[in-house]
Amino acid sequence: MVARTIMTLAICSVLLIQPLSARELAGEVASDVEFDISGDIGIEQRYFFEEALYPEQLNHHQSSLSVEMELYWQWNDGNDSIIFTPFYRIDSQDDNRTHGDIRELAYIHASDDWELRVGIRKEFWGVTEFQHLVDVINQTDGVEDFDGEDKLGQQMINLSVVNDWGIVDVFLLPGFRERTYAGEDGRLRGPLVVDENNVSYESSAGQQHLDFSLRWAHSIGDYDLGAYWFHGTNREAYLTPSLQDSTPSSLQQYYSQMEQLGVDVQATLGDWLWKFEGIYRTTRLEDFWATQAGFEYSFVGVFDSNLDLGLLMEHSWDSRGEVELGAQGSLMQNDLFLGARLAFNDMQSSELLMGIGSDLDHHAFSVLVEASRRFGDSFIVSFDLRLLQSNEEDDLLNALSNDDHAQLSLAWYF
Amino acid sequence: MLTKKIFLSVVSALSLTLVANVSFALTADEQKGLDISIEAKKRDLGWQDNTADMTMLLRNKQGQESIREIKMKSLEVQNDGDKSLTIFNKPRDVKGTAFLSFSHPVAADDQWLFLPALKRVKRISSRNKSGPFMGSEFAFEDLSSFEVEKYTYKFLAEEALNGIETFKVEQYPVDENSGYTRRIVWLDIQEYRVQKVDFYDRKDSLLKTLTFSGYKQYLAKYWRADKQEMINHQNGKSTELKWSNYDFKTGLSDSDFNRNSLKRAR
Repeated sequence: MVARTIMTLAICSVLLIQPLSARELAGEVASDVEFDISGDIGIEQRYFFEEALYPEQLNHHQSSLSVEMELYWQWNDGNDSIIFTPFYRIDSQDDNRTHGDIRELAYIHASDDWELRVGIRKEFWGVTEFQHLVDVINQTDGVEDFDGEDKLGQQMINLSVVNDWGIVDVFLLPGFRERTYAGEDGRLRGPLVVDENNVSYESSAGQQHLDFSLRWAHSIGDYDLGAYWFHGTNREAYLTPSLQDSTPSSLQQYYSQMEQLGVDVQATLGDWLWKFEGIYRTTRLEDFWATQAGFEYSFVGVFDSNLDLGLLMEHSWDSRGEVELGAQGSLMQNDLFLGARLAFNDMQSSELLMGIGSDLDHHAFSVLVEASRRFGDSFIVSFDLRLLQSNEEDDLLNALSNDDHAQLSLAWYF
Repeated sequence: MLTKKIFLSVVSALSLTLVANVSFALTADEQKGLDISIEAKKRDLGWQDNTADMTMLLRNKQGQESIREIKMKSLEVQNDGDKSLTIFNKPRDVKGTAFLSFSHPVAADDQWLFLPALKRVKRISSRNKSGPFMGSEFAFEDLSSFEVEKYTYKFLAEEALNGIETFKVEQYPVDENSGYTRRIVWLDIQEYRVQKVDFYDRKDSLLKTLTFSGYKQYLAKYWRADKQEMINHQNGKSTELKWSNYDFKTGLSDSDFNRNSLKRAR
């Protein structure tokens, strides 16, 4: 079904572009098609400090291998291009984490003041660092990493028009991607596994619902502004326990329809970056507001050296307030995040990032440390440490309290 | 756009007044230093736009080397700083990263970074002028376009440098975020091309020396050096910067320097 949609999109785009290309060809001799390939191969080793909390889960070690490639063709001086980015990961323990995805397979035509992008793509919105509240186009590839920053490719037709008063983007999104979740053997999940086969939709069109979004973004002096409206399938599933012999055995996914308004603002004032993201979402089951706001301050050349130090602080708020474990709601209803980023500015691009997140209602907190450095010209070694603590039973972090782990990875870029 | 235009004209009017006011109090050497810089800038006006490839060879004290490969697109803007798009190709892990900058002679530059892994466009602070560019011995400010308003001047001497007759001019950065107290610049008398620069750090000791070589003339007017060698006297490191594929008046316009073009820059 997905393949058929892509096919249709491709044909549509070819039909749309034909007259333009012809006109352009008449004006100038088309340059040759240029091809470029790049990518990375990574190996990753995770170590969980404590024994698993739930019976099926892996105990300490988890290894995996991933490959991502980018194939790129361009012609017409780069005004027409095709990009193809396949991805695959093999995991030693979690079957759900052994997965592949087409991150991008898209055709892009750029004109002076507009662009048409057709196919599978990634589109990021937002300004904050600890939570990406307004980022809504792509589904989260939840098994990839704990931070939710990895996304699944999304089929789309996107027209982007540049005006003096800002860039306007129209999105038609045919076909919905279901979120990926850790499997039975995987760590970083609650007591119940999310059932991949027990999925229901509010829309009778199910996964074939045509979603729509309209976004405006503009820079005025020191201010970068964005606002959008989204109408379509909620990227976050409502998860409810499904019963087997009157005991809960797994979580069932229900994807509702939603309307969402989102706003993002960044003020770049000297060494200060002030950031705000806010959404209003309405679904059949609830209406709520949520915000993520804070700042980043940079010290250039600390300790009389080349080091840059960035200090970050952000607060998350959600109008639904505290929720019981298993009930729908946000984990970040009143959370404070503090971070420090050290950039060494050396030949090896060494970097160190430390963050602490604290749930102010639950006395739960998480600590993350990320360090990375280049070796030679094309290897990157990274070390990540994640510690999750909670003393209260109704906080999700409590369900993950045995999942403290360290991760070492090596990636070769070509 | 209209507000921006008004803002820009106010800024340029302001900077003109500043320059004009200052010139009342200028000594003969200060006036001559300023005149040389105005003439150097004047001789390089009207190039409209250009593209070029740049390779940086970073070398540390132990002789270890690392390569950076970068593509640059620039657009000349009348009565304001230039617009530029910098596209990174090497090291491979930063391939696809792109940097968009609207520079301003006096006001802070507007800068955006595109991070290809997340497909994220990030507005960044332009305060970091003194920091190293890509781990090299070039600071961000060493690579930004020359604008007369960025410095005050003092003519020091006429001097022979490797057999070329030069003006030796001292430049004092106006921006308090600059990493330098002063620069000493040697420009050849014939063509007003920069031949050598000595950089003095915030403690006023000699930090770096930059030498230009292999000047070529484009469109019978614009001189560009093929090679720039930066030596850091304090840490023993050096960076060799080589330019190739210079192309002028390629037809770039404002629409090649916005968020959309940043996202698909190659």
